[in-house]
Amino acid sequence: MRIDRDLGRFRDIVRGKVRRDLRKHMSSNELVGKQGKKLVSIPLPQIGIPRLRYGDNKKGVGQGDGQGEGPGQGQEAGDAPGEHLLEVEFTVQELAEIMGEELELPRIEPKGESQAQTTKNIYKGIAKTGPESLRHFKRTYRQALRRTIASGTFNPERPVIVPIKEDKRYRTFVPETRPRSAAVILYMMDVSGSMGQEQKEIVRAQAFWLDAWIRLHYEDVETRFIIHDAAAREVDRDTFFRTRESGGTLISSAYKLAIEILEKEYPREAWNIYPFHFSDGDNWSKSDTQLCIQLLRDKLIPWSNQFSYAQVDSQYGSGQFIKDLEGTFVEEDKVVTSRVPSRDAIMDSIKTLLAAGR
Amino acid sequence: MANFVSSRFLRDGRELPSALEEARVGIEALARSYGLDFFDTIFQMCTYEEINMIAAYGGFPTRYPHWRFGMEYLQMQKSYEYGLSKIYEMVINTDPSYAYLMDCNLPVDQKLVMAHVYGHVDFFKNNLWFQHTNRRMLDQMANHATVIRRIQERHGETEVERFIDLCLSIDNLIDPHAPHIKRTRDPLAEEDLEAAQLDGSIPKLRSDRRYMDKFINPPEFLESQRQKKADEVQKQQNFPNEPTRDVLAFLIDHAPLQRWQRTVLEILRDEAYYFAPQGQTKIMNEGWASFWHTRLMTRHILTDAEVIDFADHNAGTMAMQPGRLNPYKLGVELWRHIEDRWNKGQFGKAWLDCDDPRARAAWNTDAGLGNERIFQVRRTHNDVSFIDEFLTQDFCEAQGFFTTTFDERSGRWVMDSTEFGAIKKQLLDMLATKGTPRVYVTDGNAMNRGELLLEHAYEGLDLQLEWASQVLGNLSALWQRPVHLHTQLEGKPIALVHDGSELTKSPREEAS
Repeated sequence: MRIDRDLGRFRDIVRGKVRRDLRKHMSSNELVGKQGKKLVSIPLPQIGIPRLRYGDNKKGVGQGDGQGEGPGQGQEAGDAPGEHLLEVEFTVQELAEIMGEELELPRIEPKGESQAQTTKNIYKGIAKTGPESLRHFKRTYRQALRRTIASGTFNPERPVIVPIKEDKRYRTFVPETRPRSAAVILYMMDVSGSMGQEQKEIVRAQAFWLDAWIRLHYEDVETRFIIHDAAAREVDRDTFFRTRESGGTLISSAYKLAIEILEKEYPREAWNIYPFHFSDGDNWSKSDTQLCIQLLRDKLIPWSNQFSYAQVDSQYGSGQFIKDLEGTFVEEDKVVTSRVPSRDAIMDSIKTLLAAGR
Repeated sequence: MANFVSSRFLRDGRELPSALEEARVGIEALARSYGLDFFDTIFQMCTYEEINMIAAYGGFPTRYPHWRFGMEYLQMQKSYEYGLSKIYEMVINTDPSYAYLMDCNLPVDQKLVMAHVYGHVDFFKNNLWFQHTNRRMLDQMANHATVIRRIQERHGETEVERFIDLCLSIDNLIDPHAPHIKRTRDPLAEEDLEAAQLDGSIPKLRSDRRYMDKFINPPEFLESQRQKKADEVQKQQNFPNEPTRDVLAFLIDHAPLQRWQRTVLEILRDEAYYFAPQGQTKIMNEGWASFWHTRLMTRHILTDAEVIDFADHNAGTMAMQPGRLNPYKLGVELWRHIEDRWNKGQFGKAWLDCDDPRARAAWNTDAGLGNERIFQVRRTHNDVSFIDEFLTQDFCEAQGFFTTTFDERSGRWVMDSTEFGAIKKQLLDMLATKGTPRVYVTDGNAMNRGELLLEHAYEGLDLQLEWASQVLGNLSALWQRPVHLHTQLEGKPIALVHDGSELTKSPREEAS
């Protein structure tokens, strides 16, 4: 429709506004919460054209018996700016792109694409049987024509062709294997007593954006969620963000479980692997930290595109773990660490985590 | 989608199906038989998407490219999809008129809308306030769109769009009465003045004898004459000569604009003037159309099976929603009131002088002038004069009007008064300003520094400061010098000055 152009212009303007306010959007959980099936709806103050108008009109005229609900207000009330909210919908993909532009994130180049395969059914074969809805008209006609000519009944004066059952040809699918790019995101989170509600919200927001960005680059993305305190277990998305346990923290338990899952289900030739670990940086003991480093060095890091560790500040945690990691993996550029002291830091943290484009 | 008619401009929608076309012919004949006099009206069936699009374009199929049409479309789409609102009908004031029907409405709705539309078109054709509107506006708008597109190709989309944004923010600063006034300048007087200015002499009364001169032209008189002349010369030098409400025209004539900018501003001004009378006659126009659709439907068109749906939908349109005055309701009731009064002869000196409520209630001279009177009124009035002349105390009481005020303490709107004078004043105030303050350009060379001075004719309501600031900023972008606005805030005279980057507020002496 003709309006599409103006609509597109308007969406561009809105897109620009969202981009400018990205920090605000990213640090609030509103977006994450507003996520529908595919669309995220963003409330924006209405974008208006300013005109000279009266301010709050405190007088009006009403009609009726004065019973019942509702005021009679002046007809100009409600024209003040900021009163109308405009709900604009974006796909998660669009949001990720906006974020990519704003943070100037490099695109991820998938590895191991040739190895990963996917099978798709493609309609490109012809068969003698099939449903009428898939009948190939041209092929059927050609077959019938051939038969008519061969049997000598073809009359050029009256070239009527009547196909019989044997003439009919149908479209049919053949399975085809294609290379594809696939990624698995492993979210690991410390749910020990020291991680509070606020910390979890931060993790949630971060996970949303990381997810969106990685999904932009792969055809197939799977996500797995691991929570741990002194022991680790795999959970679904909902539980991941809700659970709060008490007790100690053994980070190695999560890494062990992650390695187990990867070994069993995600051959590293076929998958791009993205482990993200969120914690407040408090580990039970030095020896466990040593074990963690061991696991990372031997397995997780070599297998992964990138191992990311984000440390959420909490009032209880010592925050030691990030120092240990940074100290150990100075040379290893597949390890990325970031600190998220508050909501406002989410955007910068994401920039750090995704800056390498791996 | 739409099957486009190839024409100078694109047109949406499809022809009426035969059953509706038949109904249309009947309704048209009926409407004419009641004395309605309208342009030929072409009806088109549209999907809700098409109708929302046309509504976003202000009724016209082709407009210049601008994002706000997209925004309005989006809002209407949302609002329709959530079931909050629905556009029944749309009609354009052109000759021939175009009206759009939504294809998912019931046949009874379509008939209602057709009768309603004929009312509107009769009003467009005959009301004086529409006499100066361009009836070829469909073509004109399409031309405007072409011109602006061409300008965009040459000067860049974003730049032109940004300029349109500036212009739109002041497109309510026009003089809605201007098309109806012939302003004639007196060239002779100007010449005289110029001559007088040159010779430096002071106009005196004629005295034949020199010794009488100092009696006929005493020094005080000479002084006052000198002063008067100085004033007039001053006035001539003022720029503009007289305060002008048509700020857009003033900018077109005097602002340092590039040629394409001037063209764009002229186009937007043209369109603003086209839409102005519709705002000035909203109550009358909607009332008139509703008056006729109810009359035609209930007396002639409705079948038994349709009565309930008609009553339901009609009541939906007429309902007073809490929170706003419904122009349909007020309008239709007032038209009926006028017809009734003139039918019963409730006018003239005898009626006005009569104080006896019982006599007034029973007053009926069988004058039978109602029909004639409403047709006269629809020709000559606009909303302000309509309310001013015909909103009587009787009517007000019968309709149960009241004024409301916003109670700061409870944060709610409360009933303020049921007193007739207060209600009428409030209504007239609302209509006279229409939410748009009257602003005049009084000086294009303020402070003798080429700054622009605007004065707001303050009527007791403060401007919305945030927006005023943005508008002044836009004005200063157009004028390329600081812009002053004299107004009042919370009862104190104040000068707002925008220098292109920020607004300053300062108290001001209430001078002339």
